[in-house]
Amino acid sequence: MAMSDAPETSGLGDLRVEIWRGEEEGEFRSYTVPHQTSQTILDVVTYVQRKLDSSLSYRFACRVGMCGSCAMTVNGAPRWTCRTHVSEVLEDGNRVRIGPLRNLPVIKDLATDMTEFFDKWAKASGQFRPSEPESLEFATVPPGSKERKRADAGIECIGCGVCYAACDVVNWNKDYLGPAALNRAWTLVNDARDAERDTHIAAVASDAGCHACHTHGNCANHCPKGINPTASIAGLKRAAFGAALRGKL
Amino acid sequence: MSERAIPEAGGRREVRLFVLQRLSAMVLAPLVLVHLATMVYAIQDGLSAAEILSRTKGSFVWGTIYSTFVIATAVHASIGLRTILGEMTPFRGTGRDLLAVIFAILILGLGFRAVGAVI
Repeated sequence: MAMSDAPETSGLGDLRVEIWRGEEEGEFRSYTVPHQTSQTILDVVTYVQRKLDSSLSYRFACRVGMCGSCAMTVNGAPRWTCRTHVSEVLEDGNRVRIGPLRNLPVIKDLATDMTEFFDKWAKASGQFRPSEPESLEFATVPPGSKERKRADAGIECIGCGVCYAACDVVNWNKDYLGPAALNRAWTLVNDARDAERDTHIAAVASDAGCHACHTHGNCANHCPKGINPTASIAGLKRAAFGAALRGKL
Repeated sequence: MSERAIPEAGGRREVRLFVLQRLSAMVLAPLVLVHLATMVYAIQDGLSAAEILSRTKGSFVWGTIYSTFVIATAVHASIGLRTILGEMTPFRGTGRDLLAVIFAILILGLGFRAVGAVI
């Protein structure tokens, strides 16, 4: 059943919804949407697109917090819209303002171009480089080891871009690799199976890499997965210092 | 091999600046407290400028403390300013580094002028 087929009278009244329309230049347009119990922001956007204005563009896929494609700015904060209940974010009782993610070019309406976001994962040397590419055996990495715990703490990132939108340093420095790409690099620096861990460190040791982070913690504060990229970046700074002492930088 | 965003020398320089800024912060933190505590203590009993100078003139301890303070401030503030210039202005690369060095020299000059006046 489509999300928008749910009953429209719930006794909760109407939501006053403002949605960004346009590209970089544009405006917030107002819509009236029936408020329902357990309604998510993605439900609201879908209602507007299917019932009120079919020209509205937005992006989503799984609807259950797995794919990372539906992140938008909701009442000023970056969020997964599929996992954000309307009741959590309402202002003045019934107002919701929905815009595209910050720090990324807007393609149209609520859909952003995430090319630079993912290109920066490559620039941060985000590719795993196996030490034994021919091996068919499982590598044994003790779950209790310090490195394994560090990698595990950051590995669940699904690349939604919420941290990138929340980061002020990305806003100030367009070359900054951003929290997600640096967090990815940190998981590889701690991956015992990776053959070129110093290469990952060298790729991020710069004033557009880990050293640009101001430790504001906005990324950690907004990450829907509860990851702390700020801590990962602090780890990269220490790792870069260690690599420099070892003459590997 | 993947794209390398940064020349390797840039990485070493950033690590050096990172370490220098943290070391200078570690030096500054106690010195700021000593400075504030001294100021508060000195004015409690209504010491005059002449009385304060009579205590600081020729003092090796105060000379060392405030000279260290000035050096740590020049290092710490100029590295911070370099970051701000990169984020808030179009200055990048050599121009930005040069401005930060000029700022450090300015702090050293003004700071040691002040130290010279009281020691």
